[in-house]
Amino acid sequence: MAIKAFENMGGRSVFDPSKIVFIMDHAVPAPYEKIANLQAMMRSFAEEQGIRFIDGGEGVCHQIVVEQDFVKAGDLVLGTDSHTCTYGALGAFATGVGSTDMAAAMFTGKSWFKVPETIRVTLKGKLSNKCSAKDVILKTIGVIGADGANYRSMEFYGEWLEESSLAERLTLANMVVEMGAKCGYMCRSSLGVAADGDACYVMDVEIDLDVLTPQVARPHAVDDVCSAAELKSVVVHQGFLGSCTNGRLEDLRIAARILEGKKIAKGTRLIVTPASKAIFLAAMNEGILQTLVAAGAVVFPPGCGVCVGTHGGVPADGENVISTSNRNFKGRMGNNKASIYLASPATVALSVLEGRIADPAKLEGAL
Amino acid sequence: MKIRGHSVKYGDNISTDLVIAGKYTKTLNIADLAEHAMEDLDPHFAERIKDGGFVVAGSYFGCGSSREQAPVALKAAGTLCIVAKTFSRIFYRNAINIGLPLIECDTNLIEDGDELEYEIGSERLINRTRNIEIPVAPLPSIMVEILKEGGVVPYIQKNGGF
Repeated sequence: MAIKAFENMGGRSVFDPSKIVFIMDHAVPAPYEKIANLQAMMRSFAEEQGIRFIDGGEGVCHQIVVEQDFVKAGDLVLGTDSHTCTYGALGAFATGVGSTDMAAAMFTGKSWFKVPETIRVTLKGKLSNKCSAKDVILKTIGVIGADGANYRSMEFYGEWLEESSLAERLTLANMVVEMGAKCGYMCRSSLGVAADGDACYVMDVEIDLDVLTPQVARPHAVDDVCSAAELKSVVVHQGFLGSCTNGRLEDLRIAARILEGKKIAKGTRLIVTPASKAIFLAAMNEGILQTLVAAGAVVFPPGCGVCVGTHGGVPADGENVISTSNRNFKGRMGNNKASIYLASPATVALSVLEGRIADPAKLEGAL
Repeated sequence: MKIRGHSVKYGDNISTDLVIAGKYTKTLNIADLAEHAMEDLDPHFAERIKDGGFVVAGSYFGCGSSREQAPVALKAAGTLCIVAKTFSRIFYRNAINIGLPLIECDTNLIEDGDELEYEIGSERLINRTRNIEIPVAPLPSIMVEILKEGGVVPYIQKNGGF
């Protein structure tokens, strides 16, 4: 759509091909001819224009951008995917736009913005070793609400953030759009950008990590969040481990530790999608994928299809899915009669093992 | 530019996944998009909107995915204008960019089927059925200009840029 809009605007060549990258990830490898032909059109446009093109199977764009250092602190990044806000973990102003905005940006090198007000989130205390970044961000969404940061920017602070891994910060930044936020900075001291000393905030929110338990967002709203322990009676038909939120090596490792030497429950399925080829290879080298497949998982090539309902893993009517992805809207995974619960990799792995939503708090040792 | 039509009313938090499911978005044929607009929410939407009308909703219309196919599908199905208490940021931009007018106002004052009238850029939405004028949040002038041209594509064709 962006290419078509670009041409309709009178665009002949993009303003600067070195500032543009095309990454194919939403339905790869092409599931049917219509998508195959759209992908072919993107390939030939990129070739004509001298735009770097990363083909299907290499990974989810938000993981590729991070792995290949396409973005640095202080950059302004537009992406035709709402989870472009992920690069707030790298200190970039990064936000999702539609095709026409992207076409205009590729043509003119410009876009227009309204400077947003900012919400400050302070993550206080220490996180339990049964919780992960996903639980932190689900809790935050539950507190702020699905539209609580609409039109706004977010800044996250706290001691835990200082010690967190890049994977954890990417998970947090990835889901700020689920509160409507335009962008979200993970403000630890080494971020490379910082708020002005006299910055003012429209809202201050504190999340107490000391008392946080594993969290789950219930169907069909991302902000309908409760503790995993409250949902023990919910039968799980399918688990999904992957996406730009939780498809990284650290996430797969946690699931493999929980499923090692075991089989997922009868009547339950598990789909695993590593977020990139680099993660796929590393997970093979570590034996993670062997463990997961032996436990009953089906592995999909890196991409977005399962999460967004465009390719593979569509649940049946009345089924419950527990997923590490970022959205549980009705119809999200391709069937409006299915229900999606969002949770951390540990909660998903333990739930498919037991066939019901399970609380990783009962596991021995750290995740 | 005056828009007239009846209201087709829905609730809060209508996501872009509900407006057009991801599985239908991979096409450049807007008739395909129109056919599936809102189908997970209201299987009769196509019939209710085809002669032109206002989609009216509560708060946070268009949340979720940045897919531009969502406003495109609504427009292609016959939607002349969307009225809601609030919109999700990305949906709001996308609708303006494709030349689909949006209004933020108190939609409790509109019932399903009401006859509405709106002049783009105006600060009032007229509800003919109830004979009331509803104050609307004013649009920045750049958006009014884009809408008057029919979207960003014709706007840039005419002006060569922003």
